[in-house]
Amino acid sequence: MHSDRAPMGLKVAAGLGLAFMHLPILLIFVYAFTTEDKSYQWPPPGFTLKWFAVTWGRTDVWEAMSLSLKVASISTVIALFLGTLCAAAVSRTKFFGREAISLLVILPIALPGIITGISLRSAFNLAEIPFSFWTIVLGHATFCVVVVYNNAVARFRRVSGSLVEASMDLGANSFQTFRYVILPNISTALLAGGMLAFALSFDEVIVTTFTAGQQQTLPIWMLEELVRPRERPVTNVVAMVVVIVTFLPILGAYYLTRGTDTVAGQGK
Amino acid sequence: MSRHTNAAVSLSDLLWRRPNLLLLILILPPALWLGIIYLGSLFALLAQSFFSIDEFSGVIQYELTLKTYGELFRPANFDIIVRTVVMAGAVTIGAAVVGFPVAYYAARYARGKWKAIFYLGVMMPLWSSYLVKVYSWKLILAKEGILNWLFETLHLGWLLNAYLAIPIIGGNSLSVSSTGTFLVFLYVWIPFMILPIQASLERVPHTMLEASGDLGARPYQTFLHVLLPLALPGVIAGSIFTFSLTLGDYIIPQIVGSSRRFIGQAVYAYQGTAGNIPLAAAFAVVPIVLMAFYLWIAKRKGAFDAL
Amino acid sequence: MNSAIRFSGVSRHYGAVKAVDDVNLDIAEGEFFAMLGPSGSGKTTSLRLIAGFERPTAGEIHIYGEEAQSIPPYKRPVNTVFQDYALFPHLNVRDNVAYGLMVAGVGKKQRAKSADETLEMVALGAYGDRKPSELSGGQRQRVALARALVNKPKALLLDEPLGALDLKLREQMQEELKSLQRSLGITFIFVTHDQSEALSMADRVAVFNNGRIVQIGTPEDIYYRPQQPFVADFVGSSNVLPPEFVAKLTGKTAHGSLRPEAVHLSETGHAAQIKSVSFLGTATRVSMTIQGVAMTMLVPKGAVIPKAGDTATVSWADDDLHLMAVQ
Repeated sequence: MHSDRAPMGLKVAAGLGLAFMHLPILLIFVYAFTTEDKSYQWPPPGFTLKWFAVTWGRTDVWEAMSLSLKVASISTVIALFLGTLCAAAVSRTKFFGREAISLLVILPIALPGIITGISLRSAFNLAEIPFSFWTIVLGHATFCVVVVYNNAVARFRRVSGSLVEASMDLGANSFQTFRYVILPNISTALLAGGMLAFALSFDEVIVTTFTAGQQQTLPIWMLEELVRPRERPVTNVVAMVVVIVTFLPILGAYYLTRGTDTVAGQGK
Repeated sequence: MSRHTNAAVSLSDLLWRRPNLLLLILILPPALWLGIIYLGSLFALLAQSFFSIDEFSGVIQYELTLKTYGELFRPANFDIIVRTVVMAGAVTIGAAVVGFPVAYYAARYARGKWKAIFYLGVMMPLWSSYLVKVYSWKLILAKEGILNWLFETLHLGWLLNAYLAIPIIGGNSLSVSSTGTFLVFLYVWIPFMILPIQASLERVPHTMLEASGDLGARPYQTFLHVLLPLALPGVIAGSIFTFSLTLGDYIIPQIVGSSRRFIGQAVYAYQGTAGNIPLAAAFAVVPIVLMAFYLWIAKRKGAFDAL
Repeated sequence: MNSAIRFSGVSRHYGAVKAVDDVNLDIAEGEFFAMLGPSGSGKTTSLRLIAGFERPTAGEIHIYGEEAQSIPPYKRPVNTVFQDYALFPHLNVRDNVAYGLMVAGVGKKQRAKSADETLEMVALGAYGDRKPSELSGGQRQRVALARALVNKPKALLLDEPLGALDLKLREQMQEELKSLQRSLGITFIFVTHDQSEALSMADRVAVFNNGRIVQIGTPEDIYYRPQQPFVADFVGSSNVLPPEFVAKLTGKTAHGSLRPEAVHLSETGHAAQIKSVSFLGTATRVSMTIQGVAMTMLVPKGAVIPKAGDTATVSWADDDLHLMAVQ
């Protein structure tokens, strides 16, 4: 018989698995306060808040951060627009090419990021488009569409059946139906999708290395520091800040979609 | 209807009479964006893989040839492909082994508060910063880092050294060994394995397990003959992610690992400093072909239902 | 009486699938009309054609004299009660009921008042502030009804509205719907797969099969005078007798329909081999064969009940055997 108490071995294995997934990140928080600045010495010889002040004064960090925020905001807006339209179309009816469209949306995430990156770069080269803010956004919006799409499509399916028909039956035209029935029912899914798209864009590095040229987003700044460390403690502090900044939208998305049929992280 | 302009109403009438027009309006912007920007670029890349580079002048020759694909089979390049595929396979198996208990516990035993903790416990690492995750392992695996410290404190330093002496998987220290690369890959991609397994396990009705017990199966038999086969599509769905993501990554092996290259690094190097775009493109086609093959098999096994 | 809904050669094909195929139909104003048939027979599609959720691939639909094919649902003088009720989950009960008035531009006060009055009519006056998710199935059904009726439609379309309710509630709602229809005097068009529901409520019944109407008539017509074996079998599970057997009995070659309750045990008549016996409460159903033809009879409470394996003698009145033309 199936008992409702888990075997001890399973409990331990599941616990160890979770620990493996979380302890490394927590370690970053400890390192952000270390007094050691030349190596990754463990245990830290002492603790200090000094590096937060140092990081605060670094203009390169601020510039990278502000570029990342701008890129993530614009990409999220574009992804929201395209992802919502796509989800609306796919959930409405069966039509020729529907499978192709859903595949097309997922492809930028399903194929390794380096392929998306190098494809875009060679296309920019061929079309003689110089690297700019917009070349970064072009790439980010492309792979963010799927996040919005996945969050919206399940919700659209639920609304698009008899609720839309009921609305029209009661005298509402297409625009009224969208305004009074569809929008209120999909808004949390869209908000959640938007937050996740923001987190995804804010964090993206693989595609960005190919589309940024000389510009530095925060992840690119971090990558530089990882490959050629300059001031390790500053990297520690930035890493910790990045963890916190990306956690907030994820938590928000979780609370928005909790108890519904949408799984926030599907198809990252 | 008085509050709305007649134009809106007649447009609405038109959209009702022509549902395909509405569909077209909805689908056109995303289809154009993805079709032109994404597919267009992808084809531009694929096209370049059929060009070649002049070995002396370094100039790309725009003539269709399979010469560049032939280059992939030179021992140095072919080693890179084999190494990457082996690593992707190892990471996939490792993720399934470590991830299964977590998914199994979350799906079958966790209730209420614990359910939420497990859900967030998988979701948070999935969505937290990729680079920060990689960075945390640089801290862990460093010579003066926590892992070495742990082995020394437990007086097991000799064990670690013996392990590092093994060729291929060992190295001067963990942070420059294949084992290190493996650990980071495993850590970064494991949530992608857990979620589909959990989803497929949650779809197994409780009554089915009771039926198995009712028919005389012991718990381990139920697990082996009922639960595991039903979870398999989830494992395969998860493996699509872990396999694909490992195939294409170029940052992890660059930061943690030996100097031996992976496909992603080769692509990056050839398109960058070497300026050999055709060879880079041909290398990029390898993961696409491998994944197409993998997806084809996965589809036949019914893995897409678990996504 | 004037025509409320008229179908002239209406078809709705999806590629090779003929969901509705060349249907002709005339529903009178103020009529309680039932569309009866198994699932996939075209009854729901017909209702959706009236509501405007589907468009015919051929034929014409007239709603109160007006050609309706190119009129969108929101301009048709009909309202629908959906099978799953389709209540808006984000609105409370009052706003759900007031929805039609809101999109029509009725002022806030006025529409709240009308909504509350209509809720009063379906005995849910105190529930205006609840969310649909806080109501029972029966209450949701009433909200759906109120939401449609508040718009004063000329015809109310009901798509299996009682399907999700349990037996007792269903019987109670049947009574209520009937008296509601009588007091409002508007046309009710009611889709169901439950023959007893159709027979007990409707003025007229259309029986659907394979996208076509196989018979239209009063409940008595349908029940006692089926024109096709399908109708005899589907409505009240009549014994459908093969033409050869009927020829031996009557000399005419035709399908015969014989109600189980018309067959009874008797001194003289046909020798029957009893196959099985099931107790139904008010009666007992006996399955048997007569000259190789399978038949059932209903033995009322109190009568002698044969046992499986017995041989019995059964008979029926000649005019209970209803003949249907061979198709």
